Amino acid sequence: MNNTEAPAVMPVKYFSRGTKVLFGIALVGMAAYVYRLLFGIGAATNLDDQYPWGIWIAIDVASGVALAAGGFTTAALAEIFHKEKYHVIVRPALLTAMLGYTFVVIGLLADLGRYYNVWHPMLPSMWQGNSVLFEVGMCVMVYLSVLYIEFLPIVVERFKGRVNLPGPLHVFNRLFESVLTISDAFLSRFIFLFIIAGVVLSCLHQSSLGTLMVIAPTKMHPLWYTSISPLLFLLSAIAVGFPMVIFESILASRSFKLKPELPVLSSIARYTPVLLGVYLALKIGDLTIREAWPYVFEGSVQSYMYAIELLLGVVAPIVLLSMSRVRNSVKGLFVSASLVIFGVALNRINVFLVAYKPLYPVKTYFPSIFEILVTVGLISMLVLVYRFVVVNFPVITVPNGHVLNAAVQPERTSVVNINRIVR
Amino acid sequence: MGITRRDFFKLSAAGSASLMAGEALASDGAQTALNPNSLGVLVDTVACIGCRKCEWACNDANALPTQDLKAFEDKSVFARHRRPDAGAYTVVNQFSDPRDPSKKYSMKIQCMHCNRPACASACIVGALQKTPEGPVVYDAWKCIGCRYCMVACPFQIPAYEYDNALNPQVRKCTFCATRLSQEGKKPACVAICPNEALTFGKREDLLIAAHSRINASPEKYVDHVYGETEAGGTGWLYLAGADFNNTELPKLTATVIPNLTETIQHGVFKSFVPPLALYGLLGLIMHSLRAEKNGKEESRHE
Repeated sequence: MNNTEAPAVMPVKYFSRGTKVLFGIALVGMAAYVYRLLFGIGAATNLDDQYPWGIWIAIDVASGVALAAGGFTTAALAEIFHKEKYHVIVRPALLTAMLGYTFVVIGLLADLGRYYNVWHPMLPSMWQGNSVLFEVGMCVMVYLSVLYIEFLPIVVERFKGRVNLPGPLHVFNRLFESVLTISDAFLSRFIFLFIIAGVVLSCLHQSSLGTLMVIAPTKMHPLWYTSISPLLFLLSAIAVGFPMVIFESILASRSFKLKPELPVLSSIARYTPVLLGVYLALKIGDLTIREAWPYVFEGSVQSYMYAIELLLGVVAPIVLLSMSRVRNSVKGLFVSASLVIFGVALNRINVFLVAYKPLYPVKTYFPSIFEILVTVGLISMLVLVYRFVVVNFPVITVPNGHVLNAAVQPERTSVVNINRIVR
Repeated sequence: MGITRRDFFKLSAAGSASLMAGEALASDGAQTALNPNSLGVLVDTVACIGCRKCEWACNDANALPTQDLKAFEDKSVFARHRRPDAGAYTVVNQFSDPRDPSKKYSMKIQCMHCNRPACASACIVGALQKTPEGPVVYDAWKCIGCRYCMVACPFQIPAYEYDNALNPQVRKCTFCATRLSQEGKKPACVAICPNEALTFGKREDLLIAAHSRINASPEKYVDHVYGETEAGGTGWLYLAGADFNNTELPKLTATVIPNLTETIQHGVFKSFVPPLALYGLLGLIMHSLRAEKNGKEESRHE
């Protein structure tokens, strides 16, 4: 393999003007989160007995999980199907998934009335094999651990042989060093087990998220109520994986003033129209078999949301990304990827909120200011942590011929490339 | 009946075959077959006079915000259709007969204690359970507060203590499960009902009683026992003098709601074969493609 390209620490100052704005939003979000913990869900949200689930489930959890799918699709492509050229996007996608799922859990905790019991599903005495949510919960919990394990080689690469803890902590240097050495030895042999497990776990819970609402046949709008919902959720998660990688990669290259990895991004963008095409065909076939087409034209909020979801979020990106002109332009890629992300996120919001028609509503649900602040705050925090990690760990690959600021370029004495670890 | 002995054995077999989730899956059997002695209540809305004493008795028995019995004589509450909530497990509503709007009938609403409750199937930790005796009971100690039961319930019954910041619970009719365990005790609402609008007993017997009441006075009743088949059958059964569609009992088919998700769920996890097969397949692909690539690299080196 051509080793002129390797992931590096981003040589920028952590704080920029954008970072400061995000910090402000994240702080406000944190305050709203604390408000919810202190005063309860009733005080902080607009949820009631008719609408038990709001945007914390639809956006923070359901959309969050879907948009973190890039982690497993990229791992499958690069590590399992051995498409070498995609290795440059494995680490950013892994980091997105790791942080994405971490924030899914943080968001979920806000929504759980008894958040301190969140560990209960792990107790065998409380296992509930009939519950879809039990499976989702277990898979997410295990997958989150797998993601952290998959990230370990990056920590090893950054610190192995160079552990230098500040002040009195330096007595632990030897200990940490040996932990890293042992992790390195273990992972270089066995990480493939975790990579495959990550893909299997993702397939399971991405689809099961789609099974969740199948239990409410009388409350769901027919446009989204289908027994193939798990398959649709899985396919849309797979389809949104690469667009998410493209979206982030372009944003990161702007932020860190790098040349976008256009050849790689254009190349993965080729898969998107195919994956979205299969998804669209299933959606349309399902609608036809269930004879649900009239609902598309009934003129309700639901019918408009369905049309927007499908036309803007699925059809438009299929058309755009089928054109090589679009695939080979940074702007074209960015717009198309954003549309796919918008479409899948909207689908999750539609399934969990828009399609949900309680039996005896007294008012319609609209998120409270606290719900919105928490959601926006968590997203900002995710971006901040992402930036922190790429500034301190070798995640993003610098394109060929790009010269990094030599002063901050990390000494790379023992580069443990993830590719080598896998082998 | 949606539940057959065959289903029972099929699920039990799947349970014993799976080593890893043996306990979780084997419990299906117990949940699938309804105990023939399962208890229920027959609500005769023709006999109900709307006195609201059951509301008071319920609040009293469950330590809910109880007021003076007098307060429940207030009939102005019938102006709107109330729903059970975290502070009231049962409410009485009034509906007018569409054929004769001057004629009103009253209907008590509470948890239906389904034969195959969707809430219990949905619950992530088994905090909601259908007991063999009939009641669907809630164990707050297990509950994580996800409120999926509220999403799943086809009758929109479980309510939540949203205003409790630290120890919120799902609240719904308990069928006075603890009272029932004491010899000879009836649910509080049944015990107080002055007009025998509520009959407590084995569900099987109540069904027979319901149909004989319809047959004895077909001019008084609609020929339908609500809850006999709805959602696979419910522990609480209703008789009415006018079409149920004009009440707040939702129109439901005989579909056993948990079956919708459980068939998908148990199909995907059948003895853990599909996930393990996928794992094996991906491992095989990873291995063979790696061998192929290494082969190519070696030939390039030569």
